[in-house]
Amino acid sequence: MLIKHAADIRPSEITSPELYADRRRFLRLAGAGTAALALGGPTELMAAQARDLGPLVKSPFRVDEPLTPRKDVTRYNNFYEFGTDKGDPAINAHRMKTDHWTIKVEGLVGKPRTFDLDQIYKLAPLEERIYRLRCVEAWSMVIPWVGFPLSALLKAVEPLGSAKYVEFVSLFDPKVMDTRPVLDWPYKEGLRLDEAMHPLTLMAVGLYGEVLPNQNGAPVRLVVPWKYGFKSAKSIVTIRLTDKQPNTSWNDAGPGEYGFYSNVNPDVDHPRWSQAKERRIGDFLKRKTLPFNGYADQVASMYAGMDLRKNF
Amino acid sequence: MTATTAPRSPSIKALPAGKISALKVLLFVLSLIPVGLLLLAFFQDELGANPIETITHATGDWTLRFLLITLAVTPLRKLTGWHWLLRLRRMLGLFTFFYAVLHFGTYIVLDQFFDWRAVVLDVLKRPYITVGFAAFVLLVPLAVTSTNAMVRRLGGRRWQALHRSVYGIAILGVVHYWWLVKADVFEPLIYALILAVLLGLRAWWREQERVRQRSAPPPSATGRSQGRIIPILPQ
Repeated sequence: MLIKHAADIRPSEITSPELYADRRRFLRLAGAGTAALALGGPTELMAAQARDLGPLVKSPFRVDEPLTPRKDVTRYNNFYEFGTDKGDPAINAHRMKTDHWTIKVEGLVGKPRTFDLDQIYKLAPLEERIYRLRCVEAWSMVIPWVGFPLSALLKAVEPLGSAKYVEFVSLFDPKVMDTRPVLDWPYKEGLRLDEAMHPLTLMAVGLYGEVLPNQNGAPVRLVVPWKYGFKSAKSIVTIRLTDKQPNTSWNDAGPGEYGFYSNVNPDVDHPRWSQAKERRIGDFLKRKTLPFNGYADQVASMYAGMDLRKNF
Repeated sequence: MTATTAPRSPSIKALPAGKISALKVLLFVLSLIPVGLLLLAFFQDELGANPIETITHATGDWTLRFLLITLAVTPLRKLTGWHWLLRLRRMLGLFTFFYAVLHFGTYIVLDQFFDWRAVVLDVLKRPYITVGFAAFVLLVPLAVTSTNAMVRRLGGRRWQALHRSVYGIAILGVVHYWWLVKADVFEPLIYALILAVLLGLRAWWREQERVRQRSAPPPSATGRSQGRIIPILPQ
């Protein structure tokens, strides 16, 4: 007897649990979409359908450690613009509209440009990479990101020889975000240009094979796996190449606690807690934190000769 | 603490002993709800991605809340004339200690898993843990001397002097919380404001009392010392 196997379902085609739970809103949107289609206008729904991650390149950048469950990755987030409790972003971030998103790339570049999402998606083949994420609060996860190297985007705008740093600015929309002055909004982060061009530095547009949930920094976020998590700015709207080290939000808030580099370093404690160990989400016992979060072989040479206690 | 002040209103609002006992049972059950909800959440796997952090934060929050509720008894009693509130204070104080033990135990067992070297380094190097640890250690003698027998053994005056350290402990507790948050001090600020009101009221009443005593001849010494101790012991 011939048994036909159904075609494999790509991860990107599986309805996310959030979307499933949100199906009433989806139905409303679909209704609105049908009405808008009749009028010939583009709709949010169409934009959502357009964002299919497609076939993913399997990247060699994969740590061989158990993945942190998707529900933990998407419900335990630091995204202070949507509340400072780790459960807040999963509850509040849906208010952010990501459909007509653009990223402006400016500063010391030969070809300043504003990218829309379609252009972002086409900068390079989308890869799945499994990275460790180490938060400055001494917990960690293993996350299958989907994205492309930031270098692909930077090469497209042709950085000038004078460019030494890259500044990242996140969305700040007071209409949908928490406006209390917890940090100096909008959220700003920065990298040295060589760090930004490093092959490990990822612009993520998805996780677990699906479009990035809002609370994880949709539609496009930075992922720098050898640095503490806060360096990986979420929901980026502006990228600026500069010749001076840019101000960054956490460094401004606590210069003695959150350095510009913030490379994961078990030997340099946060002034208020130890960084020697971390709790992998899902584990009971803590594990030792690795220098550069386990990526020392690939990145340590960028800091040769630097005093990492001073440049923490 | 406030036992020195005789009730100003002539109508002493007393409750019969039976009602007090019923209230105590009710309060006991209510005070166990937070730990009950935590246990329920644990068995239903509802403690979130980082259960140890959830338990640490919840037990810490409830320690501070019970401490502030305990410190609210005296001002509330003065403002309302409900003197029977005093009869519930010991239980509230002991529940503060109960949640503090759970909080400290969570840190030692679940968070550090008996890594004593890490614990010692934390206590010595990290100011928020130093003050939190100090607050916990200072709570121990208050819990130990909470029995009637201990009040008698120490004598009212000394007992009261010892138990006044709870004001300092409360300040340490709020500082402990303030110093551990990364940027958003909104919640510790609320605890700090409530504590400021509770301590401020005491300071103000004390000042009033001082002014009153200066203008009026002092009451007899025996009356005063008895007034200090009698309300502490349940009748």
